[in-house]
Amino acid sequence: MVFPGTNCEADVVHAVESLGASGTLLWHGDATVGQVDAVVVPGGFAHGDYLRTGAIARFSPVMGAVAAFAAAGGPVVGICNGFQVLTEARLLPGALQKNRGLSFICDTTALRIETTSTVLTSRCAPGQVLRIPINHFEGNYTCDADTLARLRDEDRIVCTYVDNPNGSVADIAGVCNEGRNVVGLMPHPERAVDALLGSADGRPLLGSLLDAALDRAGVP
Amino acid sequence: MSAPVPLHRSLGLTDDELERIVEILGREPNGLELAMYAVMWSEHCSYKSSRIHLGRLPTEAPWVLVGPGENAGVVDVGDGIAAALRIESHNHPSFIEPYQGAATGVGGIIRDIFTMGARPIALMDPLRFGDLSKPRSRWIAEGVVSGISGYGNAVGVPTVGGEVVFDATYDGNPLVNVLCLGVLPTERLVLGQASGVGNLAVLLGSATGRDGIGGVSVLASAGFEETEDSAKRPSVQVGDPYEEKRLIEACLALLDAGLVVGIQDLGGAGLTCATSETASRGGVGMDVDVSAVPRREAGMEPFEVMTSESQERMLAIVEPEGLAAVQAICERWEVRATVVGRVTEGGALRILDGFDGPVLAEVPAASLHDDAPKYDRPRRRPAPPSPSADELAAPADPAADVQALVADTSWIWRQYDHMLFLNTVIGPGHDATLLRLRHPVTGADTGRGMALTTDGNHAWCAVDPRRGTALVVAEAVLNLACVGARPLAVVNCLNFGNPEHPEVMWQLSEAVDGLAEACRGLGLPVIGGNVSLYNETAGVDIDPTPVVGLLGLTGPIAHRPPGAVLAAGAVVLVVGPEPEPVLGGSAWGRLRGAPGGALPTLDLELHGRVAGLVAGLVADGALLGVHDVASGGLAATVAEMVAASATGLVADGPDDAPWWFSESPSRVVCVVGAAVVAGVEAAAAEVGVPVLRLGTAGGDVLRLGGFATLDVAALRGAWQDRLPSVLGSGTVSG
Repeated sequence: MVFPGTNCEADVVHAVESLGASGTLLWHGDATVGQVDAVVVPGGFAHGDYLRTGAIARFSPVMGAVAAFAAAGGPVVGICNGFQVLTEARLLPGALQKNRGLSFICDTTALRIETTSTVLTSRCAPGQVLRIPINHFEGNYTCDADTLARLRDEDRIVCTYVDNPNGSVADIAGVCNEGRNVVGLMPHPERAVDALLGSADGRPLLGSLLDAALDRAGVP
Repeated sequence: MSAPVPLHRSLGLTDDELERIVEILGREPNGLELAMYAVMWSEHCSYKSSRIHLGRLPTEAPWVLVGPGENAGVVDVGDGIAAALRIESHNHPSFIEPYQGAATGVGGIIRDIFTMGARPIALMDPLRFGDLSKPRSRWIAEGVVSGISGYGNAVGVPTVGGEVVFDATYDGNPLVNVLCLGVLPTERLVLGQASGVGNLAVLLGSATGRDGIGGVSVLASAGFEETEDSAKRPSVQVGDPYEEKRLIEACLALLDAGLVVGIQDLGGAGLTCATSETASRGGVGMDVDVSAVPRREAGMEPFEVMTSESQERMLAIVEPEGLAAVQAICERWEVRATVVGRVTEGGALRILDGFDGPVLAEVPAASLHDDAPKYDRPRRRPAPPSPSADELAAPADPAADVQALVADTSWIWRQYDHMLFLNTVIGPGHDATLLRLRHPVTGADTGRGMALTTDGNHAWCAVDPRRGTALVVAEAVLNLACVGARPLAVVNCLNFGNPEHPEVMWQLSEAVDGLAEACRGLGLPVIGGNVSLYNETAGVDIDPTPVVGLLGLTGPIAHRPPGAVLAAGAVVLVVGPEPEPVLGGSAWGRLRGAPGGALPTLDLELHGRVAGLVAGLVADGALLGVHDVASGGLAATVAEMVAASATGLVADGPDDAPWWFSESPSRVVCVVGAAVVAGVEAAAAEVGVPVLRLGTAGGDVLRLGGFATLDVAALRGAWQDRLPSVLGSGTVSG
């Protein structure tokens, strides 16, 4: 999915293609997601992050179609800026604020998988630690105490940081919705699909998403 | 009462230059015309002090597609792919307004690259700041890094490397250089020229405001009077990475669709430069309707519109029948597109108030470039720096000196997105950056790599600008070898003081000769450059600081280069000649307050063999760690490897400061498994390169023979803390 200012779309397409799937770019101004089997809202700076990250993007015509796709059980993953867009669109709870330390951070972090029962983590083992890059200024996840309690009770904290880099509450790096088909996370699995670049640990994550897409498409 | 300053002088033109303009026009220029000549004939745009020297650089090679003079140099990198490369400075604006100065430097260089039809894929930032004990130096460093982070990350071009130096010579004048690399399908190469009488000049991007008026003449072509010249802040432009990101996508879409005849970015000297350059390169004229230019505010004068350096603007030359398609693409990307000019016969650049309205200015377009003055300014060799480091006593605490010479730079590059586009095999913090070479349109992976490095060393160049510059080129070549690459092309950014000082002109001329000699000796073409003069404050010039950017290529990347690390149990070798025991311009000499002395000699032929050997060893996956010996000598080189890998080293060597701190060139530390040592030695012997067995990695101390012993944990802690302990938290806005 491409908003003006999005910049990770080609990387996501490249990553899913390296896993044998095909990717197509959806345009923010079109009120449809077409015939896709899964949607990724990629990273970048949609609408320049003006006003607040994701705050303008949530009003794009395509977001209505994404909400309908998600409501129908379609797998939707928001990465980094895409996570911010999904929280603004209320498809996921909570919000992302500026990092503790008020500094942009681009680095590879250790990410612990907390639940395997989501469209992004079904191929992982519980407690598995993956090396996945982060790249954000506003990645400090926050939510109120009731929401946090619900996320815990309902096993909706998808992944956490081993060494919290940004001050996120409960070390949260990613969460999912009640249906477990919408996942948002700050780390970039598409940046970890080739050991030549330092890590291939993103492959089980995106592979899980492709499994979910195949399920939805009715392919055994 | 003193007489008022004549207009031409207040615009930065000399009396002689005014006379010349009168000669060209055959009449007195009006105010608008004077303003246009003033910006185009400024040092920044015309290179009037340096042009006669730059002609001595070698610029040709069979793989060069575009050499100096265009927006960027372009080389053929195989598989139907060309690489566009450019380096620039944004020193003066960054001193006044660090965040915006650095940010707009990034924006400007990116436009230079996509102007050539290339997608920008990588930025590098060589930075030089003053002594970190001074609050203003810290403020500038934090602001510049934030500006690069804020703009570069949001515009969606990864910053994959650079370098940083802190030294008192930059207290009053930081150096903020920026290099950009782009890739394009070879057949899409476009040039910034207008052609086809009747074609339209379409202004793309931001509205024009009052920011950056006189940036090239007021700011970049004069020194600073005091250390805080805040009155010049309005001459600094303000950047908008979101506008630039849309502009990149729109322009590349226009080029893909074959809708533009020529395209040119608007940078220094704004519309005046873009219109006159495209016209004179195409051998045509242009009518410009200044009233059509979209403005940010009412009441702007024509001279303000024509010289504004408002950012994120491009000028596209399009055929009239293509205009509707151009506008449709721009609308999709929410980029403003306005017809502001028409290509005309003859060579006149006319500025009109409405295409049928009154003529406000009329000058020969080419005269703004070709007729700019060229000065052969007087040159005089300055007194060499003193005292001499070669006369220093042995250090009282050698371990403390070694520790003081190393610093982890990750505080800086962790703030930059250095991974976008999935090309970064080896990123910042290493000798050179290694990127996968993929086709810019199809994404097809060639399997090969492109390597990039930037290097400079003011300390060497202060001692001897000629040999110092040659040593800088040599170091860049070894840096590429450390990621398995062989060099292909050079770009340079010549940062010097006030050219009206004969000592500075001597340094510039010598540095150009040193650059030319090294490039000739190593078979490297110079494909582009930038000259930044007037780097002075209160009459004090910076040390001469030529910075080179070097692009190289690797074969198929079968092994990830190991980086500057040690591996416990491995054997540590030094590949290359014994060091000359000289310390002139060495980091240790400067640490001890002795910047003078003799520079080591450089044997280019031997150097090329060392570089070729190391590149081959890295490409074959024979090494477990690799790092070239440069600033700080062998002592600092192995200390950096120890700190980065938290692994000790027991090294043999004499109890002799020059042996450990000499920056003698053509040496690389190679870390190998015990079983591989004999093979490496045999390969080196075959090409006549000496190899020294330095020691064995492992343990929790770094022992430099009988000279010094350091605790690994303490060294690593000091290395990590050096920047964070003084530079606050990092990105502060944007």
